[in-house]
Amino acid sequence: MLSRLDRSPVSNWWWTIDRWFLSAFVMLMVLGIVLSFAASPAVAERIGLDSFHFATRQIIFMIPASIVMIGVSFLDARQIRRLALGLLAIMIVLMVAVLYVGVEVKGARRWISFAGLSVQPSEFLKPAFVVITAWLFAEHARQPDIPGNLFAMILLGLVVALLVAQPDFGQTMLTLATWGVMFFVAGMAWFWIIALGAAGITGVFAAYTLLPHVAGRIDRFLTGEGDTYQVDMAMQALLNGGWLGKGPGEGTVKRVIPDSHADFVFSVAGEEFGMVLCFFIMCIFAFIVLRGLNTALKEHDDFTRYAVTGLVTVLGLQSFINMGVNVQLLPAKGMTLPFISYGGSSAIAIAISMGMILALTRKRPEKRSQIHYSMTRARSMAAAE
Amino acid sequence: MIGKWRKGKTSTALGSGIVVDGERKAFGSRARPRLMMTMAVFLGLYAALSGRMVHLAMTDPEEGSGPASRVTASRPDIVDRNGEVLATDIKTASLFAEPRRIVDADEAIEKLATILPDINYEQTYNKLKSGAGFVWLRRQLTPKQQADIMNLGVPGFGFRTEKRRFYPGGSTAAHIIGLVNIDNKGISGMEKYIDDQGLADLQASGLAQPKDLAPFQLSIDLRVQHIVHDEITQALDRYHAIAAGAVVLNAKTGEVLAMASVPDFDPNNPFNAHDKDRLNRMSAGTYEMGSTIKSFTTAMALDSGKMNLNSTVDASKPFRFGNQTIRDFHGKNRVLTLPEVFIFSSNIGSGHEADIVGIDGHREFIHRLGLLDRMNTELPEVARPSEPKVWKKVHSMTIAFGHGMSTTPLQTAVGVVALMNGGFLMNPTFLPRTPQQAMDGAKRVVSQQTSDEMRYLYKLNATKGTGGSATRATVPGYRIGGKTGTAEKVVNGRYSKDVRFNAFVGAFPIDDPQYVVLSIVDEPKPEKPGMGATAGLNAGPMFSNIIRRAAPLLGVQPDFRLEEQPLLVSSQ
Repeated sequence: MLSRLDRSPVSNWWWTIDRWFLSAFVMLMVLGIVLSFAASPAVAERIGLDSFHFATRQIIFMIPASIVMIGVSFLDARQIRRLALGLLAIMIVLMVAVLYVGVEVKGARRWISFAGLSVQPSEFLKPAFVVITAWLFAEHARQPDIPGNLFAMILLGLVVALLVAQPDFGQTMLTLATWGVMFFVAGMAWFWIIALGAAGITGVFAAYTLLPHVAGRIDRFLTGEGDTYQVDMAMQALLNGGWLGKGPGEGTVKRVIPDSHADFVFSVAGEEFGMVLCFFIMCIFAFIVLRGLNTALKEHDDFTRYAVTGLVTVLGLQSFINMGVNVQLLPAKGMTLPFISYGGSSAIAIAISMGMILALTRKRPEKRSQIHYSMTRARSMAAAE
Repeated sequence: MIGKWRKGKTSTALGSGIVVDGERKAFGSRARPRLMMTMAVFLGLYAALSGRMVHLAMTDPEEGSGPASRVTASRPDIVDRNGEVLATDIKTASLFAEPRRIVDADEAIEKLATILPDINYEQTYNKLKSGAGFVWLRRQLTPKQQADIMNLGVPGFGFRTEKRRFYPGGSTAAHIIGLVNIDNKGISGMEKYIDDQGLADLQASGLAQPKDLAPFQLSIDLRVQHIVHDEITQALDRYHAIAAGAVVLNAKTGEVLAMASVPDFDPNNPFNAHDKDRLNRMSAGTYEMGSTIKSFTTAMALDSGKMNLNSTVDASKPFRFGNQTIRDFHGKNRVLTLPEVFIFSSNIGSGHEADIVGIDGHREFIHRLGLLDRMNTELPEVARPSEPKVWKKVHSMTIAFGHGMSTTPLQTAVGVVALMNGGFLMNPTFLPRTPQQAMDGAKRVVSQQTSDEMRYLYKLNATKGTGGSATRATVPGYRIGGKTGTAEKVVNGRYSKDVRFNAFVGAFPIDDPQYVVLSIVDEPKPEKPGMGATAGLNAGPMFSNIIRRAAPLLGVQPDFRLEEQPLLVSSQ
């Protein structure tokens, strides 16, 4: 066991890391492996691979993912910013490249082949983008002369443009929403909130009218007509499971869900292990999001506050959309359930996000200054009067 | 542009740019409510998700996730009068598919074809691609087929236990018992009768539980039924006929003990049950019965009181009226007594008898014996007899010797029962009936004396009949009485000399008839070249064979002392 007196980096890490977050992330990884055994054999057999192809790969990817997560969690805020900046630069370059050399899948160029691995740059871009945006907001707050907000907008514009070019409507929405939440927390004026809200609604409406496949998905969701096979089957699986599920390996509907190992793993979990496990999964994500926001609430450093807010918002929104689609609360949208869906290289990207959350929520000496905290509150209360 | 504007905005928002540190804290304080609002929104989202998940968990899977269970029709066993099983339900497995769960239709069919090689690929493929929740693929598999299909392990296939009707006797009583369809619903014979009696309603309401269904007893005696079936099957072959049939009726109750008609079908594999020549000729076929009808003409003459056993008619020359002439087959060309008319089967004599009674009386009598009305019995397959719309003299004359009207063989036998049992007409029944119950529903159609005289004539005919024709029908010890009938069939609108419909109807023991037996053979050919093909040579031996084999089983005591004695009839 590590002693508190031990000042080595490992010991320091062990005593300062947020173990609640760490447990939640490890739990997600374990659930991802367990559920890959339930969800992926049928898909693997269908496309002619070994039954446990995806399950094996899920386990293999969890090894670098764990290393990355733990590794990133050792970094301090400054190092996180540097990592994010580097990652952002590389990924923007790759996202430009993907438009030219990317692998076209179902009409979209999102993937790039990289040393035998398919990598989706936008997945890696998300945490980097969030951290850099948080930094820009924080810099602006610290020193209004720095046009941080302006740069944040420019960066958003660039990233959104690259995502729309792929096109990747889901990631675009996620990026916009996350940016919006961060800006909101960073103290955006209500005028801007209304203006951006209006712009968002206009954007969705424009997407509905201009992009046929978006219109199709929304129509199908609203009318229940057209090709709703996948979501119908997912619903069947959930209904089949009931509260306690059919039991491991007893699921039947899961065998016919085309993307059972990816976007619809939640339904497979429901069929085999019951709604109880679905609730457990939802609770883990809710816990991460709420604990993240709560940490941000107590945080004094603006950068950390915004970065943690952004990182958990991405995670929260993405998981909410995925679960919402599974239970037919939302129209079908290709969005994976972080760590639980089979994702290959994207597991590494999620691990970076989680590592960053762990790194930024580590207990730091200056946080113990209770007096400073209460003074701030007293002053803000006085200001409110 | 934006930056400039933003700068102005922040400066005004702060009011004063002096306290830099305070500005930072002001922003920090704004973040708190904003973060709380964000948390509230997330909580709202998760609450909505939870609500939906609870709703889903409480919802029962609809029919799509498993075909609704369907009540398979259970049927009662059908047993004969001694409790022998004639029809029973056995459990079989039927294969269904849930197309929405079929992962790969091609693979599924390919695998299935290894066990059911005759499966129609295209049809099955369309079924499996239909997107329906439930389709039958093959009903009523053997246990081996079921096990093999199970071992294929194809997802989306399933079995349902179904009832299948099984007839241990095969074709023995096929026409009486009838058939069920694939859903175990009665479609013909007594099976249909059972459904019509309310079983179908019972099944529809789901109350027809196998254990609650008492066996359904018929009046049939399986032993006699087998004998009848065996004899007519042999006869069909021996006389090179197109059809043969026979019925055994209880003379006291009107119960049908045995009835069969060949060619028939195997109810366990009824692929040909609906072929035209497989009909139940005994009840669903109508024929000009020929000379057997002379029984009724004679009974009518006696019952009318206008003639008695000593009356005579002139049969010395053909009977002419208008431009019609009636001739005799075995012409005696002399005056005949009434018994002689009967035993020589004189057409001329019968014509005269009808003439004496009159057209209206004749028609009334035939109707009274139920020969021209649709028979009232349980079996659904009953044909309606046909008669001339308006009876003219020619009709009366021909009907007197059995032509010009068509009726069913069963009805003819039922009429003979009335002549033999003291004059009571009873509806034939396929259900057990006591003599008392039979008498309650019976209708007197001829007097006791007429009945006695008819028994005398039947016995006389069997002993001294036309050229000994009826003598081949006798069975030593059982005191047979009966009447032959050789009818010429109409071929291309004319009566043919060579195409016949032969019948023999009789009763035993004739001093107190217990049973009436009628045999028919349609278009018999001579058994061997050079022999004749009249009723005495085919329908007669069929009749006697049946009685020879069946009478001991029916408990009729043989009595050889009375064999050669004529029947004693009190004739005033």
